[in-house]
Amino acid sequence: MKKVIMTAALSMALAAPAFADDVKIGVILGYTGPIESLTPDMAAGAELAMKEVNDSGNFMNSMTVVPVRGDSTCIDAQAASATAERLITAEGISAIVGADCSGVTTAILQNVAMANGIVMISPSATSPALTTVEDNGLFFRTAPSDARQGKIVAEILMERGFKTAAMTYTNNDYGKGLADSIEANYKAAGGTITINAPHEDGKADYNAEVASLAQAGGDILIVAGYLDQGGKGIIQASLDNGAFDIFYMPDGMIGDSLPEAIGPDLNGSIGDVPGTDSPGAATFETMASDAGFKAGPFAPESYDAAALIMLAMHKSGSTDSQTFKSHIEDIANAPGEKIYPGELGKALDMIAAGKDIDYVGASAVELVNGGESAGNYREIEVQNGKNVTVNFR
Amino acid sequence: MTDVLNAIVLITNFVLVPGFTYGSQLALGALGITMIYSVLRFSNFAHGEMMSFGAMITILVTWWMQSHGISFGVLPTALLALPFGILATIILVLTADKVVFKYYRSIKAPPVTLLIVSMGLMFFLGGLIRFIIGPNDQRFFDGERFIMKARSFKQMTGLNEGLAIKTTQGITVVLAIVMVAFVFWFLTYTRTGKSMRAYSNNEDLALLSGINPERVVLVTWVITAVLITLAGTLYGLDKSYKPFTYLSLLLPIFASAIVGGIGSPIGAILGGFVIAFSELFVTFAYKRVLGYLLPEQMEPDGLMQLLSTDYKIALSFVILVLVLIIRPTGIAGGKTL
Repeated sequence: MKKVIMTAALSMALAAPAFADDVKIGVILGYTGPIESLTPDMAAGAELAMKEVNDSGNFMNSMTVVPVRGDSTCIDAQAASATAERLITAEGISAIVGADCSGVTTAILQNVAMANGIVMISPSATSPALTTVEDNGLFFRTAPSDARQGKIVAEILMERGFKTAAMTYTNNDYGKGLADSIEANYKAAGGTITINAPHEDGKADYNAEVASLAQAGGDILIVAGYLDQGGKGIIQASLDNGAFDIFYMPDGMIGDSLPEAIGPDLNGSIGDVPGTDSPGAATFETMASDAGFKAGPFAPESYDAAALIMLAMHKSGSTDSQTFKSHIEDIANAPGEKIYPGELGKALDMIAAGKDIDYVGASAVELVNGGESAGNYREIEVQNGKNVTVNFR
Repeated sequence: MTDVLNAIVLITNFVLVPGFTYGSQLALGALGITMIYSVLRFSNFAHGEMMSFGAMITILVTWWMQSHGISFGVLPTALLALPFGILATIILVLTADKVVFKYYRSIKAPPVTLLIVSMGLMFFLGGLIRFIIGPNDQRFFDGERFIMKARSFKQMTGLNEGLAIKTTQGITVVLAIVMVAFVFWFLTYTRTGKSMRAYSNNEDLALLSGINPERVVLVTWVITAVLITLAGTLYGLDKSYKPFTYLSLLLPIFASAIVGGIGSPIGAILGGFVIAFSELFVTFAYKRVLGYLLPEQMEPDGLMQLLSTDYKIALSFVILVLVLIIRPTGIAGGKTL
């Protein structure tokens, strides 16, 4: 008798997965934490792609894609893994758009995604370590590796004539990876890094950190941190005691809240953020403002991450990660007709008809090195309290 | 000569000015810890969150004033809101004393019990504060930001190095001096102050000579509440207000109180400055200072930094351990723990 009940319970548990015509995709981003001002737009970007696919009505025999949000916190690996675990086991998601910050992304990949065999595409994890991490072919990113950003930073600094620089980075995988990459490239280009010191996030007082940066000196201070956290504190403290008055801000520091918080003193500072002048970017910007959000940093990458997942599912005819993971790269890369934002319905039709597509999307996606974006950047300059794009690289 | 001046300005800008400010904030906090310890005989772990509470009320009143167009000219509006913060904190600590601490005092609970009880209060207050104002950074500074800007100092003196003094740094030091002077005057010259010291020295004897213990306790809490609110608000004003930082501030404050000698008001102030300056002096990079002072060929290549700034917090504990081993009563000779 006991056996019968057990078997019955087991078969019910196995038969549990959601409605046959619903596909759930997790959107795991840091809705709280150091980049919380960026994540609402990123999630909106991913959800916009899902809505577009649903509206077309031809996704895998008119199945519906349902986004499920989960908080990665950006910094707490344990909390992020628990969130991913819950979304996979309780919500039954088939793939993950996320996570955002490099540390939690690595944690989710190694602890949860690989164990459960779930594909994840991160829109914003940029640590060079993720290029070589073991991933069973499950991990992709629409954001470029910081190995590439380091090169861009070195180029921009040298072109603008900054020959010496002090650098501080947020003490985690993202900050360390980026700082090392910048240092290597900048030195190779002939620049001198006077100091490369970490800072901790979440402190009230960065005076001591700024003091040692100031003693090392340099034409510019590179702040590889987060805009809502230590990065802001470092810039504020440097301006207050006159240590530096011009800053270089890599991607984690670009957002509207920073120039707003610091005020006119930030004018003239420079930075970079992933972005492109391809027609897709402009289209996406219009689509975003129509949908009521801003195409802020990493929002286009989020749209592309969600789109790639759905197109690959459609092509393989399965929502099983092990089956569709091998199709993500053919969809993103040539040959085939170029697909821009707003054309997901058309892409679905073409795939169904057996034609090749080359997904370009909002961020000019081209996957290299085993599944990461080749990388396009916008060069930013703060003018009149606004981040203005002055160049594309 | 200019080189020497440059070196002095450099040290002043990056070590002395921040050190005096941070030291004053620590001293105000440690003074409160010491008052509670000597009169009520327990270590109040809820101190950090009480500071946060006082600052929070001040911030809320400041926002209200700002929205009604009330300002304090070049000084931050928060100074006008400070009395309200102090009042609210007095009500808070007296309520906490009546609801929580009074019972344990009446059953003559050992100090460790009271310490644990205060930790409970700490967690409660922490939750309450996050519930009311949220866990994020709050900005409430207004008015003129600088007394002296680095750039205008350079233009004025023609030196290479700038010296910046923020308004909040000036306010912090001035208010701390006023408050400390008041506390000393109160303890030394007033009848209530004397009765507090008597109660602290020998409780039984004080009771026999007719000192009302409840009154002593009440006055102690009120003075502590003023210290708490001042310390909390000044720290928030000068750095930034974020509930979490007050929890981590508890450690250097306790270190200051113990290093100076717990139970001794002078010790608390000394301790505050010892901790603040040792954190700054040891983690400072002396490269450019030496560059100015030494002849050119001896100029150092490295940063000349004794300890990376990462170890700043650890430093106060090293000092704490050394003091406890070598001189357990602290610098000014307080009570042994």
